[in-house]
Amino acid sequence: MPEGNVFKYGDHIDTDVIIPARYLNTPSPDNLRQHCMEDLDPDFTGRVRSGDLVVAGWNFGCGSSREHAPLALRYAGVSCVIAASFARIFYRNAINIGLPILECPEAAMALQNGDRVQVVFDTGEIRNLTTGAVYQAEAFPSFIQDMIACGGRLAYLKSRQKEAH
Amino acid sequence: MTSTQKLLARAAGLSRVHAGQLIEARLDWVMGNDITSPVAIEAFEKTGFEQVFDPEHIIFVLDHYTPCKDIASARLCQCVRQFANRHGIRHLYDTGKAGIEHALIPEQGLIAPGECMIGADSHTCTYGALGAFSTGIGSTDLAAAMATGTCWFRVPAAISVILEGSLPRYVSGKDVILHLIGRIGVDGARYCSLEFSGPGVHALSMDDRFTMANMAVEAGAKNAMFPVDDRTEAYLNGRVRRPWKAVLPDTDAVYEQTLHIDLSALEPTIALPHQPSHTVPARQARDLRIDQAVIGSCTNGRMQDMRTAAEIMKGRHVADSVRCLIIPATQDIYLQCLQEGLIEIFVRAGCAVSTPTCGPCLGGHMGCLAEGERAVATTNRNFVGRMGARSSEVILASPAIAAASAVTGHIALPDDLPESEG
Ligand code: SF4
Repeated sequence: MPEGNVFKYGDHIDTDVIIPARYLNTPSPDNLRQHCMEDLDPDFTGRVRSGDLVVAGWNFGCGSSREHAPLALRYAGVSCVIAASFARIFYRNAINIGLPILECPEAAMALQNGDRVQVVFDTGEIRNLTTGAVYQAEAFPSFIQDMIACGGRLAYLKSRQKEAH
Repeated sequence: MTSTQKLLARAAGLSRVHAGQLIEARLDWVMGNDITSPVAIEAFEKTGFEQVFDPEHIIFVLDHYTPCKDIASARLCQCVRQFANRHGIRHLYDTGKAGIEHALIPEQGLIAPGECMIGADSHTCTYGALGAFSTGIGSTDLAAAMATGTCWFRVPAAISVILEGSLPRYVSGKDVILHLIGRIGVDGARYCSLEFSGPGVHALSMDDRFTMANMAVEAGAKNAMFPVDDRTEAYLNGRVRRPWKAVLPDTDAVYEQTLHIDLSALEPTIALPHQPSHTVPARQARDLRIDQAVIGSCTNGRMQDMRTAAEIMKGRHVADSVRCLIIPATQDIYLQCLQEGLIEIFVRAGCAVSTPTCGPCLGGHMGCLAEGERAVATTNRNFVGRMGARSSEVILASPAIAAASAVTGHIALPDDLPESEG
């Protein structure tokens, strides 16, 4: 069950600020982690701890299709992104690589920087341990839940191929 | 059903689909570039896939960091080349034989109306200009599609954009799409298809349509869709030699929203930092000084864009304080520019003309900005740090505005310029 502190940002956080293109020539975990959120919050990588959560407003992850963006967040230790809404390619990419994301406008508005939050991913429950408030995120379609349970898109595909043989 | 819905139903082997439905579609084409493909190749191999679904229907375009800017980017291209060789993928477009993917793919006849394509690049939505379904996805989807030839989609709801009238002089597809994004916002079409129609479509050149479909993603759209008309057919003639079948929307197609745009009423429009939706009429921004002008990219690096820029540059000079970069989007466009004498016009005007590359569009190489610098660019994104330093700025504009601004050193309209010297 992911638990950590909230790093809160605004609306329309684009993949260019999550991981600037100048670092995409080396897709190694170390390189992506080091520069995660660099153009939005230069202190991010220094302060983030494994398990922490990113909370943002509308249209998180808009822009480029670079999967390096959700990968950078995962490599930086982010356990879950909660946003009012996600841009569609980021949404797919996050699920595909197994970065937990939750769409929940209420939580996205209410949660504050530094709040201690616990997420029950299976049920979509978001608990603010600092204030005691509880929010309910939208549930994923069952096919996406299966994919997440398998550990991502490719593992899911492999398991289905095996079943077919 | 809308055109997009009909096309997705066809690709999924279903007679009907509805907005929100999850489907598994067969893909005609699967594409990746030098940034996204290596990540996909690693995932493909790690998962233990041994074969691609069909080497004839996978396309790699090496365009972002090419000609390779450093050793790290050379390794990315090497990884893609080796994979293509191992799997017999002959649609590998490399330095000197290529260009920017979204200009190259239609130009080379690699996509036709009615076909279904994904690309690991967000501007893959460009081919909606030809009445194809195409959308951007990430590296894992690319890996999965290379293995299976399929992709899952949520069938999008639609926004209908009805175009009327025709564009005034020096107003182009770029101004139309910036106007639209300014109106609906950067997530105004999130998860939707943008379906263009109306009598105004016919008045738009194919290059204008490519520019508009290209930036659909800047409004959050999944894809764009234009009807196929005689201009489309003329464009396809000699490029696409296989049979293709366009789709038309049903008369009872459901649209979430219908917008009207009178093309005749539009004026040159720019987007101020740091969002493509921060649009204002160019005439209101004349006081903004620029350090660099970039004319190129998958949005505006096509022949019409080069011709417009050259018309304005002819007999004029780039301001002393400005660097002006001209980047024809493909080798064919570069050659055509050469044959029409445009390259000479650009060089005489004091522009740096580059081999096709994404280069500065993504702040990769070939024209990055230092702290506090400002560029006017015909590209599609003006996010923080997009073209270089975090404190640099990008203003999005049409080739006409970018060229006029390069001459004056601040945002300008072509009509602001004094008579040219020849
Ligand atoms: S020109 Fe720019 S937007 Fe287009 S594919 Fe290249 S980097 Fe992406």
